[in-house]
Amino acid sequence: MVTPTSTQEPMIRRVEVTGPVLDEASAGHDVKVATVHVSILYGQKVAVRDVSLDVRERSIMALIGPSGSGKSTFLRCFNRMNDLIPGASVKGEVRLDGEDVTDKDVSVVELRRRVGMVFQRPNPFPMSIYENVAYGPRRRGQNDRRQLDELVETSLRRAALWDEVKDELRRKSGLALSGGQQQRLCIARVLATQPEVILMDEPASALDPVSTLRIEELMRELRESYTIVIVTHNMQQAARVSDITAFFTMAEDRAGYLVETGPTGQIFTRPNERLTEDYISGRFG
Amino acid sequence: MTTAYTPASEPSGGRSGSLRGRRTGSILADRAATVLLWGTGCFVLLVLGSIILHFALAAWGVVSVNFVVGDPSETSLGGILPILWNSVYILVLTMMISVPLGILGGIYMSEYAVENAITNAIRFAEESISSVPSIVVGLFGLILFVDDLHWGFCALAGALALTLFNLPLMTRLSEQALRAVPLDERSASLALGATKWQTIRHVVVPLAIPGLVTGVILTAGRVFGEAAVLLFTSGIGTPVHYNFLNLDITNPASPWSPFRPATTLAVYIWKLNSEGLGIYVRQVVDGSAAILISMVLIFNLGARGLGRLLTRRLTAA
Repeated sequence: MVTPTSTQEPMIRRVEVTGPVLDEASAGHDVKVATVHVSILYGQKVAVRDVSLDVRERSIMALIGPSGSGKSTFLRCFNRMNDLIPGASVKGEVRLDGEDVTDKDVSVVELRRRVGMVFQRPNPFPMSIYENVAYGPRRRGQNDRRQLDELVETSLRRAALWDEVKDELRRKSGLALSGGQQQRLCIARVLATQPEVILMDEPASALDPVSTLRIEELMRELRESYTIVIVTHNMQQAARVSDITAFFTMAEDRAGYLVETGPTGQIFTRPNERLTEDYISGRFG
Repeated sequence: MTTAYTPASEPSGGRSGSLRGRRTGSILADRAATVLLWGTGCFVLLVLGSIILHFALAAWGVVSVNFVVGDPSETSLGGILPILWNSVYILVLTMMISVPLGILGGIYMSEYAVENAITNAIRFAEESISSVPSIVVGLFGLILFVDDLHWGFCALAGALALTLFNLPLMTRLSEQALRAVPLDERSASLALGATKWQTIRHVVVPLAIPGLVTGVILTAGRVFGEAAVLLFTSGIGTPVHYNFLNLDITNPASPWSPFRPATTLAVYIWKLNSEGLGIYVRQVVDGSAAILISMVLIFNLGARGLGRLLTRRLTAA
């Protein structure tokens, strides 16, 4: 049983050390985002303790673990959404292409353009489908009609929504779509800002099984061009879509920490830690 | 209101009973609440309906085209157009000052201010000013604008006094409307790389428009109906003939000038009712009241419509 404290080495099992070969697709790719000894505090309370992990370019990393293990909080450190929570503070380094994004001089606006986010509950704006997708580019001063048209179409196509909405782009409100379509619209909205990394916080948990599968297929396609980090409660989902899985749980003081990370196939069949095995096989969590 | 919502009754200590015909206390309480709330809603509608009906009947045969646009005269029915004009004029002037200020104040209080002693002081001030009797606000306007600044009785003094009176309410209602915009939409905008101001401008304010319109309507209602504040600031008079072609706003004879005495409908009604001596006083009062009510209703419907239009405009391009 591992009981980490902040003084210990991070609880990370490098794939190179413990696992077999890294998933072929992501092997050899550079590290896109990484955290180094990241702890996240709400006031005095530690929500996430000392997490170090690497996410390779054009791969999907799934963060799994029981409720309260700090997965979502941890996810939000990549695009500094924790800045919005009064009293929240992040210690350690969060790197995007090697650059520490927790630095005060880093432009949060620019960071969030490069690191997009899809939320748990589909949250389109009460605007037309077109304006939803054009929202990010417009805020960046992109106003050329033809370029916007093109960007909206490309983004909707990549999000596998174009064919369903192309005839009423400007007439139909994003809120008039079904839940699954709304979530794909939110993905298109993120794609339109031309991000490099996409964070997904339980993107399918509010959707029916068919819509969930569509989102999962979409993720596999997006993986060709983007680096994706997804938080999910659904272990089948993690097993289906991700290349690497990181398992979080919480310590006795309720602080979340990383138990182990490794290729998804290995985590789900031969995890190194007893805790992981117990969680995977449903003995706790 | 529908009665589709029926909460489950308390489980009765493991005993299984019939599902039919049980009248537990909680079900009775639920029925009672439904009836009470329906009743209250109906009562409000009834009050509004009977006020409108009363003045519609009283004004029947009084209100005519001539009553509004006829020549103002002490000895005949009508000619209240100048008074009506003053009400609209002061309303627009007041709203032009207090709506932008109120909304900006609301944005500050809801989006920027950190909860501390200063925001508490601002809220305390808002509540205090709102509960100052309007006659006192009128006196303050008299001293400051009319006397100290030597403006005399004028529309601008009235509009500024009304702004003092209304701004706290407008600010508070704006703050509440903005706060009610869900975190989801704000997060979505910020996560797309929008700045805080862009998020406020393009997401928060458009989504808050229905609430902001409610604020505008409530404050506008107070402007239409307010007499005490205006008695001492914009003055009490009788209808005078206005030449609407005189567009020189610096000329006190022009109906467009903010520096002229301007008796509003509510003040006029008060004046006629308390000291009117003409033979038609009763009829003129009833007719004026009917027109005042119609104006308020028209304004409210108009504001709602405009709000809907604005939402559409702001959430589009």
